[in-house]
Formats: sequence, structure tokens, C-alpha cells
Amino acid sequence: MMWFKPVLLWTDILIWLLVGVVAFYAWRVRQHEHLVAPWRKVARSQVGMISAVVLAAFVVIGLVDSLHFRLPLPEAKNGAQRQYSPEVLSVFDLMASKLRTRVEKTYSSPFATHLFAKETTELPDGSQVRAYPRLKYGGAHLDDPAERTADIVASVAKGVFHGVVLWWGGALLLTLSVARWRHVSAGAAWSLILQGRDEIPWRTILATLGVILIVGSTAAALSFEYHIFGTDKVGQDVFYLSLKSIRTGLVIGTVTTLVMLPFALLLGIAAGYFRGWVDDVIQYIYTTLNSIPGVLLIAAAVLILQVYMDSNADLFDTVNARADMRLLFLCLILGLTSWTGLCRLLRGEAMKLREADFIQAATAFGVGHLRIILRHILPNVMHIVLITVVLEFSGLVLAEAVLSYVGVGVDPTTQSWGNMINAARLEMAREPMVWWSLAAAFSFMFTLVLSANLFADSVRDAFDPRLK
Amino acid sequence: MIAYILRRILYAIPILIGVNLLTFVLFFVVNTPDNMARIHLGIKHVTPDAIAKWKHEHGYDKPLLWNESVDGVNKATETIFFDKSVGMFAFRFGRSDEGRDIGRDIGTRMWPSLAIALPVFLVGLAVNITFAMLMAFFRATYIDFSGVVLCVAMMSISGLFYIIGGQYLVSKMLHLVPISGFDSGTNALKFIVLPVLIGVIGGIGSGSRWYRTIFLEETSKDYVRTARAKGLSELRVLFGHVLKNAMIPILTGVVVVIPSLFMGSLVTESFFGIPGLGSYTINAINAQDFAVVRAMVFLGSFLYIVGLVLTDISYTLVDPRIRLE
Repeated sequence: MMWFKPVLLWTDILIWLLVGVVAFYAWRVRQHEHLVAPWRKVARSQVGMISAVVLAAFVVIGLVDSLHFRLPLPEAKNGAQRQYSPEVLSVFDLMASKLRTRVEKTYSSPFATHLFAKETTELPDGSQVRAYPRLKYGGAHLDDPAERTADIVASVAKGVFHGVVLWWGGALLLTLSVARWRHVSAGAAWSLILQGRDEIPWRTILATLGVILIVGSTAAALSFEYHIFGTDKVGQDVFYLSLKSIRTGLVIGTVTTLVMLPFALLLGIAAGYFRGWVDDVIQYIYTTLNSIPGVLLIAAAVLILQVYMDSNADLFDTVNARADMRLLFLCLILGLTSWTGLCRLLRGEAMKLREADFIQAATAFGVGHLRIILRHILPNVMHIVLITVVLEFSGLVLAEAVLSYVGVGVDPTTQSWGNMINAARLEMAREPMVWWSLAAAFSFMFTLVLSANLFADSVRDAFDPRLK
Repeated sequence: MIAYILRRILYAIPILIGVNLLTFVLFFVVNTPDNMARIHLGIKHVTPDAIAKWKHEHGYDKPLLWNESVDGVNKATETIFFDKSVGMFAFRFGRSDEGRDIGRDIGTRMWPSLAIALPVFLVGLAVNITFAMLMAFFRATYIDFSGVVLCVAMMSISGLFYIIGGQYLVSKMLHLVPISGFDSGTNALKFIVLPVLIGVIGGIGSGSRWYRTIFLEETSKDYVRTARAKGLSELRVLFGHVLKNAMIPILTGVVVVIPSLFMGSLVTESFFGIPGLGSYTINAINAQDFAVVRAMVFLGSFLYIVGLVLTDISYTLVDPRIRLE
């Protein structure tokens, strides 16, 4: 008897597949000095490393949120088979169960101890009062709400302290690994880091890590007692929703590329290498797809998926499986509309390479087409693929918000920044305004997209031969 | 030249046919008229009679591609394909689910869309090129660097936030213009200002950065060095030489979108309540009105292809070396 039932959602499989691909790529890179060189350039860039650390933090949350399972329901008495809860949870949900389960009645502002809306309550003596009721969880440990400021300060202090301890742990680990890597003593490695004498800006990395750890642990300490980004209309903690949205954003940004890569690579290289009628057909395909306005194609496809899912509702055993299907389908359709750009670039590059001397030589030696493409063309277009993939990521994350707003994005039950913004539209009109969902979605999205953009820039600077 | 344009137009026809077939497959084969009827009548309590009635009312009760029950040419014409898809080539879009003529709706709704999209396009182009020129002029200084940082930060903000922030600041706090709505004639001006302003600001980040890259690529070429060696001032080099030579890459990205300006912007129009084609589309998506969505897909593709042809023609206008044959 298992005490939980693992659930593999489709996007989980793809995410972990992607992790595998990245690991394989990293292993390949380590084997070949010429592949390491551009990455070393990325590692030397300060902005690149800051954004990489921030991105890594997002990725960790996203990955922890991609391990799903269902917990069993309380045992039935008559020895019936164990039933599992229809609610699919992730490891992250378990870690943040305090955030997940502490649901208030409706809106409450950040750090509030009272609800945002007045309610009529009946006093013991029978008279009725209209007042802001206390929250069930936010600041509920305070006897007197006036102690709130002092309590927040205490929590911040505790959080900062834990953050600093973690940071020191991280610094220690980093020092030891630098010492091993550079074959110096730990003390020497420490001064190497502090004075920034190594080629990799360890000091900057460490500082970024420190900021993330301290901010993170402070937020964690505070979020146990308060709703630090307030609560939404149905009383869910907005901070929790924002954190959950990270996975959605990452899935859209990465799985989409995973989906489009095979098309773009196969068709782009084939068109450029074989020319002739193959080229004509492939050009026709991508011009046709490209000419359809992206949003409309996505809208059409999602509408049709909705019809399909509504008529085949019994295919999905849980709400999450259904929402996940829609997320996956969105990735597929986004991939279908976005491979054309990369395909055109690859076609051009393959056309150029085809005439290159080393490929002419290979042809003269009688090497087959497949072999030439795999051994000679593919490795020489990989930099274009890499640059496009990282550049597209941020655009896709932003696109999710717009699509969800239009109503053809992720499932309404999936937590995503787009859904948060969409819900917040109506809150704008409230007086006073409910601003915190927007603020939370904005800050999370902005941090992720900005660091993705900056990282993409440094990757492009390192890999684009035209910029050398 | 004329022969070339004719050939391009001929080349556009198979693409439009492709788009048409694709939408036909999406809307009628993957998703049958029965499904559509069920969506509109509610999933659960639907009788086959009700479905048949809905299909008849909306003209979906014919066979998809081939009608065996009639004679002669009608075998091909008395079909959904002929009714709904072939007519698009003549811009006969049929009727929406509400029974309105889609072609006429498009005719009236494209002007408000244009009233927003055209100023956004023109002002945006001018502003972006100006900023990019400034950054290129001050290249490799702190002005350039902070400009690039600003651009990256601005392009990291979702367009939705520009709209929400702009509406809050300008309309709600300062009460300068109405939050949303539209009017005819010169009265429309007060409704247009804010969406245009937001559209321009939202596009600065990616736009200026893109033009800056183009300009910097040009400034590293030999003719620029020659121009400098002749003793021309940096301003003359930039405006007289670099800008002219950068026209080709600029036109590549710019001309193609001009016809599509008619389509408007989905998000802007729905936020500002502008009765253009963008909000028309978004309403159709929310109401699951497939006829309208299909018409917009076709129209969008058509305008894009017109844009591609225009791009080619514009090349010959700015670069006499290019001959279209």
C-alpha cells in the first residue's frame, strides 16, 4: 500500500525530458573545448551570471512544482480498496501547504489582519454591527492587531537571520568547490572570490544568491503568519498563486521550444540543403502558416480543443489532467506558430554551409546526405538554435499573459500570471482598488522576463559569430 | 516590374488556398458542425432535432465536400466547403451566428481600428527611430548603455501592464481622458489619445533596440569609415548615410505590417472599448462564433500577403540597385 499515488502529467514528462536534454547537452559541451569556450564567455559576464542565478531560482521552484502525486483519502472502514483524493498535489504544494490551505473568505490587502470588505456580524447581545471582520489566518496569532508592526519586524529579523545562515552555507560550499576546481586551498579560494580575481565573477554570483536567499526566507517567514501579497476574490493567498504560476510560465517558455525544435531543424535544414522542390514545398508551408495571424490561429485551435474536451469530458480523470492537457496543447500550438522564424534562419544558414569547402569535400568523398547533415551541418547551426531558444523564452512568457487575457490561454483553473491579471481587471474598478494581485503578477513576471532577456543577451553575445 | 508584381500575386494565390484549406480542416473537419451546434445549444440537454435545426439555420446542414443528393455541378457547390470557404476568395464572409453580415461588420469596424493602429504605427516608428539614432550617436557611452538597459526593462513588461497602468494614471488619477469608449468624428480624439500613447510607449523597448542593432551594424561598414574620413560630421554620417542604407532592413520589418493595421489590436481595443476589428475578434472568440473567427483568419492572411508584396515593391523604391524581375 502506497501512501501516495504518483501522477505523471504530460507537461511533467516533457519538463523532465527537457531536463534530461539539457543535462545531455551539458555533458556534450564538457567533452569538447570548442563548445565550452562560448559558455565560458557567458560565465564571465556579470549581467549574465546575475540573471542566470535568478533564473535558476525560478527553475528550482518550477521543478519542485512538477513532481505530482495524489494523497489517499481517509481509509474506508469495510476494507474497501484505498481511494485517492482527486486533488493532484505537487511537492511544492506540500512545502507550501500552509499557504495553500489557509484560505480566507474574500479579498484582504497585503499584511492585513482584517478582511477588505465590511460584513454584518451579530454580537452576543443580539445587536448587529457592520465592521471589517478579523481574518481567519492572516495575523490570527496576534491578540491585538496593533502589535502587527512589531510582529512583522520580528518576523523579518528571523527571516533575514535564516537567510544569512543559508547564505553562509552557500558561500562555504562555493568556496570549497572553487578551491577544488582551481586546485587551491580554501583560504586562497575565499580571497579569490572576495577580490574577484577569478575569471568567473563569483563575488557577483554570491551577492545575487545572498539577495535571493534573504528575500526568499524573509518572504517565507512572513508568509507563515500573513498574506504578504494579500488574498484574491475567493480568499486564496496571492503569493502562493504567484509562486504556482512560475511553473506555468516556465512550461510555456520551454516546452514550446522543445515542441517546435524538431520541425524547425528538420524542415529548415532540409530546405536549405536539398534546395529544389523540397525547398519550394517547405517555403510554401511556412509562408502559409506565417501568414495566418498568430493569435487567431491559436484562438481557433484552442476553441476547437475546448469543443473537443467538452464533448469528451470523460477522458480526463482529474481537473488537473484536463487543465494540463490544455496547457500542453497551448504549447503545441504556440510551437506550431513560432517555428517558422527559426526555420527560415536555419534554411539560410544551411544554404550558406552547403557551399562551404568542407561540405563540398565531404560530398566529393561520397559521404551520404544524412551523414553530412548530422555530422557537418547540424553542429554548425546549433548556435542559431541556442540563441533563438533563449531569445524566444521571454516572448512566450509574455504571450501567455495576453492569450489568457484574450480567453484562449491556459485553463482557468491553472494558476498563471495571465489568469491573475485577467481576474484583476474587474478589481481595477473597485473603490478602493484591489491592486495587490496585479502588483504580484507584475513583479514576478517582470523579474522572470527581465532576467531571461538579460541572460539571452549574454548568450547571444557569446555565441553569435557576427558579434565577435 | 509589373510582370514581377503579377507573379508575386499569382504566387500569393496558392498560399491563400492553403490558408483556406487549413481553416476549413480546423473548423469543419476536426470540429464538426455537430460539435458547434452542441456548444451553442449547451452541452447537456440537446436533442438531435435541435442540432439539426441549428445546423439548418446556419447553413451547416450540407455535406462537407461532395453532395451526392443533387445533380451536376451542384454536387460540388451545394456543400459546406463551397458555401463557407470558396466564397471567402470573393470576400463573401457570410453571416455571423447572430445573423449579421460579417462583410459589412468588417467594413464599418475597420475604421476605428485604423484610427488607433495607424497613429501608433507612425508615431511609434518616428519615436523608435529617433531613440535608436540617439543611442547609435552616443554608442559605447553611458547614455547608450542606459538606453539599452531601459529598453530591455521596458520590453520585459507585459503589454497588459502598460494599458492597466496608463488607464489608472491618466484616466483614473488625473481624469484627463475617459477610461474607455469611442465616438465618431473629431469627438473620437479624446478616446484615441490614450490608446495611441500607450501603444507607442509599449513598443519603444523592443522597437528602439531593434533599430539600434540595425544602425550599429551599418556603422561598422566601410562606407561609414570613408564618410568619416572625408571629414563629415557624425550627424551627417548618421542621417545622410547610415539611415539611408538602413532602410532595407527597416522596410523589411515595417512595410509588411502596414496592411494588417486594419486588423487592429485585440488587447488594446478590448481594454479601451473601441468598436474595431480587434474587439470584434475577441468578442467572437468569447462567444465561440466560428464564422467570424474564420473570416478574420482569412482576412489577416490576405493582408499579410499584401504586405509581403508591398515590401518587395518598397525595396525598389529605396534601393535603385534592386530590380524586380
